[in-house]
Amino acid sequence: MSAYGISYLSGSPWLGVLAAGVTGALLGALHAGICSLPRVNDVAVGIALMLFGIGLAFFLGKPLIEPTAPRLPAIDFGWWSDIPQVRAALRINVLFLIGVAIAPILYWAFKTTRWGLLIRTVGESSDAARAMGHSVLLIRLRATMVGGFLAGIGGSFLSLFYPGSWNEGLSSGQGITAVALVIFARWDPLLCLWASLAFGGAAALGPALQSVGVTSGYHLFNAAPYILTLAIMIITCSPKRTLTGAPAELSITR
Amino acid sequence: MIIGETPPPTGAFGVDAIAMTMRFGDFLALDNVELKVRPGSFHALLGENGAGKSTLVKCIMGYYHATQGDILIGGREQKIGNPKHAHALGLGMVYQHFTLVPAMTVAENLVLARDDVPAVVDWSREKKELETFLARMPFKVPLDAKVSDISAGERQKCEILKQLYLKRRFLILDEPTSVLTPGEADEVLGMLRAMVVSGELTILMITHKFREVMAFADEVTILRRGKLAGQGRVAELTPDAMARTMIGAEQLTVQPPRVGEVGEARLELNSLTALDDAGAVAVHNVSLTVRGGEIVGIAGVSGNGQRQLVEVLAGQRDAESGEVRIRGERYSATREEMRRHKMSLLPEEPLKNACVGGMSVADNIAFREFDRAPFAKGGWWLSGAAFRRNAERKIGLYKIKTRTPDTPISALSGGNVQRAVLARELGGEVEVLIAANPCFGLDFAAVAQIHAEIMAARNRGAAVLLVSEDLDELLELSDRLVVMFHGELVHEARASEADLTEIGRHMAGH
Repeated sequence: MSAYGISYLSGSPWLGVLAAGVTGALLGALHAGICSLPRVNDVAVGIALMLFGIGLAFFLGKPLIEPTAPRLPAIDFGWWSDIPQVRAALRINVLFLIGVAIAPILYWAFKTTRWGLLIRTVGESSDAARAMGHSVLLIRLRATMVGGFLAGIGGSFLSLFYPGSWNEGLSSGQGITAVALVIFARWDPLLCLWASLAFGGAAALGPALQSVGVTSGYHLFNAAPYILTLAIMIITCSPKRTLTGAPAELSITR
Repeated sequence: MIIGETPPPTGAFGVDAIAMTMRFGDFLALDNVELKVRPGSFHALLGENGAGKSTLVKCIMGYYHATQGDILIGGREQKIGNPKHAHALGLGMVYQHFTLVPAMTVAENLVLARDDVPAVVDWSREKKELETFLARMPFKVPLDAKVSDISAGERQKCEILKQLYLKRRFLILDEPTSVLTPGEADEVLGMLRAMVVSGELTILMITHKFREVMAFADEVTILRRGKLAGQGRVAELTPDAMARTMIGAEQLTVQPPRVGEVGEARLELNSLTALDDAGAVAVHNVSLTVRGGEIVGIAGVSGNGQRQLVEVLAGQRDAESGEVRIRGERYSATREEMRRHKMSLLPEEPLKNACVGGMSVADNIAFREFDRAPFAKGGWWLSGAAFRRNAERKIGLYKIKTRTPDTPISALSGGNVQRAVLARELGGEVEVLIAANPCFGLDFAAVAQIHAEIMAARNRGAAVLLVSEDLDELLELSDRLVVMFHGELVHEARASEADLTEIGRHMAGH
């Protein structure tokens, strides 16, 4: 909503992306702040914040349903082809490329930078971090804000590129899908990239089949990413064992 | 003339804490305590749980700010505001609970601990530096292994190496050997002792093992209930004198002598295999028989499958294969079977594994029988009066210190939670008793009482399986001793003929 609004008001979709990121970071800060209180469950707070965000966006964004905001540009990777379908398929959004680039950068950063190591430490063992004299709260706050910023940018893709308009319930649960994706990818940025491609493929199944003329079961195919989410949740969760790879300080592992 | 920072001083220095008083609200944790650690000495700090040992060292490390009192570092008064400040002064602490990050490698943990971690870590250079550092050190650790994959002994070595890597010259060790085999403990402490003797290091060690105090420490300070109870040169003291100073005038329960005949096989485990939470094999093909009137002790360093084994017997975990039999009957840890076989359990961490923290002491004591007469009429109507009568009787019998029977059990101290569980599990007839680390973290009085109860249950003919990380406890109570390593039983001996070094070797997997 903020992306669409700012893009509409300023005429620049990139300012819109930035606004979405900042909104995400602020909500992330709120999330981190609430979760830092004792005996607060991060999952419950996450769900509450999600409902809050949906409500707030609708409250503020009602006037944005009608107007059209400038959209993000796409880079044409299909110039070499004469087939219009291929050209259309290869019109790729810049945000996608940024996302592809961020995955290895994060992988590298978690391994070799001071910040990466610190973030892993507070995620795995707050006792260890405290014993070293680091402020767990501050590091978590900043990390959650960066996460919120990236999530906001991810969300801006929806309103500024595909479908490229704003309406209530625009994300239709894709944020939750992202959570499932992270669990599936075992908190590994590179695996996240592959997992997100798999989810993207599942999401494209419905529209793709429709475009080639298969119309029966259209809504069923559209539900593919959600079915995938459910299947992953069922496969990865077991009463007998904990998740491997999950940061040890999350409330699902504690 | 070159003007620059003064080079960091080297060599050991002493720490004095003078007239330390620490208040938490109404509670006086430290009362005018004095501690003098001479430079280049190995100093032991003795005391029961809750005597104020941890509070005292945490004041020195800057975690707490003492209500009153001064700290002298190398003879100079210092206000230590936070742990980072203490680190800058050359003080380091090895905690009882590991402060390594399990999901990271040893090298990552070491580099991360530095105060000056570069923004971008050049791993090839850091590795080389770490290797040259390790070459000078008396013990080795695998740099590229994940901390979660190395043994407890190696982790403890890592913790100590980390402090030396950070060039700390005054080390505080909080019960450093609780997770080590006797052999490993001697190795680690011996090496530290050598560094102390060469003047590189001063050590202050919190412990409750007299053996280690006698073997490695120069001087000792003893605390009791937040007060200084005694101090002196170890050479001039005996373990008995130190124990008496630690516990004061308190009367300990006398353990009954070992009497009675060993009966027929009561508890049998046949090729039992169980997995841990991560799905790896934790208990592998364990077969064991415990007869009536016999205590079988399972020794082993923590994390070798003992917890999972006890969980299977307690019904908290499903066995992957194999079977458990009691009196020849198949046992699958249902409530009905436990009642029929008069099975009792003293699991480790009783508040977590054997109690409902928010429910009252009376309710917790009645868990085994609450749905039968006299507690329940017709199997569903519970009689509060019966709960109360039963609780009051057992609270008196087992010396449980609680304000009322209706106090939530989580408000009790660890020793009293264990006494309440003891009252429930051993209050009636017992034919099979499973106990896991029953005295972990408890004071002398509670330990003596629990040991006496376990011995009494054995003398009455119960088959007792005692899982413990405390070898002294096992040697004292067991009739037979088996050693568990990597989920398998690797060694068996009669406790009366057991050889400590031999058992230690098997615990370490050699």
